[in-house]
This record gives sequence, C-alpha cells and structure tokens, in this order.
Amino acid sequence: MSDAGADIRREALISNADPSDFWALMKPRVMSLVVFTALVGMLIAPGNIHPVIGFIAILAIALGGGASGALNMWYDADIDQVMRRTANRPIPGGRVSGEEAKIFGLLLSFFSVMVLGLATNWLAGGLLAFTIFFYVVIYTMGLKRSTAQNIVIGGAAGAFPPVIGWAAVTGSIAIEPIVLFLIIFLWTPPHFWALALVKNEDYTRAGVPMLPVVAGEAATRRQILIYTILLTLSAFAPVALGFGHWLYLATGVIGSAMMLRWSWMILRAATPESDRKACWSMFGGSILYLFALFAALLVERIVFLALPLLARLTGVGA
Amino acid sequence: MSESKPEGIILTPEEKARRQRRSRAIALSVVGLVVLFYVITIFKMGPAILARPM
Repeated sequence: MSDAGADIRREALISNADPSDFWALMKPRVMSLVVFTALVGMLIAPGNIHPVIGFIAILAIALGGGASGALNMWYDADIDQVMRRTANRPIPGGRVSGEEAKIFGLLLSFFSVMVLGLATNWLAGGLLAFTIFFYVVIYTMGLKRSTAQNIVIGGAAGAFPPVIGWAAVTGSIAIEPIVLFLIIFLWTPPHFWALALVKNEDYTRAGVPMLPVVAGEAATRRQILIYTILLTLSAFAPVALGFGHWLYLATGVIGSAMMLRWSWMILRAATPESDRKACWSMFGGSILYLFALFAALLVERIVFLALPLLARLTGVGA
Repeated sequence: MSESKPEGIILTPEEKARRQRRSRAIALSVVGLVVLFYVITIFKMGPAILARPM
C-alpha cells in the first residue's frame, strides 16, 4: 500500500479523540443554561420531588442537552469547518470523526430520555425526546440551512428545559412553565442576531441564511429591537401571574431597561466600532439578563420555602 | 525463537494514552449508569422494594 493510502486507512481506523473532546461535543456552556433553566422550572413547580430524583432528573436533562449538541455538531461539521468561531470544534479539528459524534449523540439521547422517564414520568421523558428531535431534526437539519427565521423557530428547543423541569415534578404542564418558555423563546432572536451581525462574514461564507445575510443589517437591527420589546413585555408576565415577586420585578426592570438600551444602540450605531461594541454588549448582556431573571425566581422560591422552616425554628408565628 | 515483526497499525505512545483515557471514561460511564439505575430503583420504590409476595 502506498504511504498516502496507509495514512488514509490509519485515519479511518484510529480514533484521535480524548474524553475532553466528547465533553466539548456536548456544548457545556449551552448545557449549563439548560441545567439552570430546568432547575428553576423544577423548583417553582408545586409539589414535591425527592432531592435525589430531582438531581437525577437535572442530570438527564443536561445529558439530553448534550446529546442535542453532539448531534448538531455531527450534522453541522461542514458549516463549522468554514466558520472561524467553530473551526476548532472536535469534528472539524479532526479529533473526533463524524461517525463517533453521531453514535455518541444517539446513545446519549436514548439514555437521557430513558433515565428521565424512569426516574420521573414519561411526560417529562417525552418532552425531552421531543426537544432533542426538534433541535436536531427540525432546527439543525431543516430550518438552519433553509430560512432566515431559523433561530426564531429553532429557539423553541432551547426554551423547553423549564417546561421539562416542571413536568418532571408535576407530571403536567401549566401556564407558569409556558411563560418561562415564552421568555426564552423571545430572548433567542436578539441574542443570536447580535452575534450574527458581528459574524456576518462567517455566516455568509458558510452559506447559512441568517437574517443579516438574507434581509440585510438594517432589517436585522429593527427586528432585534422589536423582539427585545416583546421579550421585555413577556418578562413581566411572571409578576402579573403572581409567581414573580419584588426581587424578580426589580431584576426585570433593571435588566429590561439595559436590554432595550443595547437594542437601541444597535439600531443607532453610527460607526463600525460602536456597532461592534453594541452587538457584543447585547450578546453577552442578554445571557446575563436571562440568567438574572431565572436566578431571581430561584432565590424568591428558596426564600419562600425557607420562611416556614425559619418560623418553626425560631418559634415566630407559632 | 525468532522475533516476529508486528503487523497492522502500530499506535504511537500518544495514541495509546488517548485510548486508555477513552477506555477509562467508558468504564466510568458504565459504572455510573449502573449506580444511577440502582439509585432510581431504591428511591422510586423505597421500602416497597422488599414488600413482595413470597
């Protein structure tokens, strides 16, 4: 066999992967947001779940998120290869083969759904399975390459975790998790379009029809403002419905004001430098905004859960 | 006895080290899964796991 032939055969047979590459396939940063929002959905739900079962449920939801990430990277390896931001991911970097990533993602999907279904209930398990399906088949294989509305509709996949968390505890779905779903759903477009404006060149080269590529930058800036207004309105729904209180309200007011300011700065940016700055502020700030809103709900819930216990311990109100 | 020349693909030390790390990660995952199913069984069924007709 020629040297070149031997090299090709060698590459096909020998895995170059390190366990850390499989960890990277799971998109750990996205997974952390999935875990956090699912945890909030779980904790604000009425009813009890054993802490150990709750922990296992969160683990399963995290693994389901990781499975989606791995399958997304398997399918999108051709796009990732030509984009600077993603060129060093495990598959385009040559450390993990597409086949390895696909099998890894499928195995993770199967076990995460099974574990969640067995540990909690099959509504939660089914919702997790649907989320993985939606992200991989509907978004990655379908919308991402075919429409400028890709991340608007695809954002639903990222919005499911709090609904799954709620369903894991109650076995049902109610208005509260739907509101949390709506907040994440409306949060996704301004967050990713801010990135798309900065990385417009990358997306154009990769042939991904992101809004700035298809409709132009001016239209994208207007859309960012519109979605930010809708998002900030929906952010107050928990207060209107009575499951967000003072801390949440304060966080919502301050955070929403900043989000509106960033989206206005993006609309009005006069120079490329100020434009870049505004887009990065929106991209990073919107993560903080979502995190702060959910953290406020979490803190309020923990305080409300702890109050009766404190009252009992101190004898106040007895 | 003559020493035979190894056939097929020979792994470099780095490739061997990676394979070992992958094998360890797979072993840990399998053990983790066993523990997970055990814990789920115990916490879902609780003491009822012992209450079966003899």
